Amino acid sequence: MCVQTVSLIQAAIEKVGISTVSISLLREVTEVLLPPRALFVPFKMGFPLGEANNKELQKRVLLQMFSLFEKAEIPVLEDFKP
Amino acid sequence: MATYSDLRLDHRLFMQGYPFSKYRISGIKPALLSKPLKQSRLAIVTTAGLHTDNQVAFNQKDKSGDCSFREIAADVEVQSLVESHKSSAFDHSGIEKDRNLAFPVDRLREFKTQGIIGEINHRHFSFMGSIINPQKLIEETAPAVASALTSDRVEAVILTPV
Repeated sequence: MCVQTVSLIQAAIEKVGISTVSISLLREVTEVLLPPRALFVPFKMGFPLGEANNKELQKRVLLQMFSLFEKAEIPVLEDFKP
Repeated sequence: MATYSDLRLDHRLFMQGYPFSKYRISGIKPALLSKPLKQSRLAIVTTAGLHTDNQVAFNQKDKSGDCSFREIAADVEVQSLVESHKSSAFDHSGIEKDRNLAFPVDRLREFKTQGIIGEINHRHFSFMGSIINPQKLIEETAPAVASALTSDRVEAVILTPV
């Protein structure tokens, strides 16, 4: 249910004019909820940024999230490119 | 990527029967950054159920879900945070080892030093994601966080589920 909760909070924040990007860990949920900008990651539940103590991987995920801030056509659902 | 087929049977059956389409998001005007990210103020919102050890834990006993949130100061020592999210729907071992996995405050500090982001907001926000009935989240607590972020003049928010 975390993925739905994130999408609903994200909608409330985007609605007041603040740009948002979220991680999705469950494609089925995000494709129905359609939050403004989401990055699908190939990691299991509980591991949104990839691996514990893997700074480089965590940074790559975050940098790809950051690139979605530029997207004006929402909803944007992009896959993480490792 | 997790799919329903990766979930434990009881969780999978629950997810397959849940009326997600009722909560589909539509009609939102895209909010765009008015300046580059390297000049913008960023905050994190997570649903990992993290909080400081002197904050009240999230309520696991509320079957419809605890819609409350905790504010976490940006200068927190990340590994000192407690995870009171007890859901059996995900593996907690990663966050146990490294809270940055869901709450990447150390990574944001590195990005700020590198000039990739402008500022880190003085506070971040944490929810516990197991919310079955999100009514109060939609009507009260998510708008309260949005309003706090507005008063902080935050320009960009990243959100992480677990």
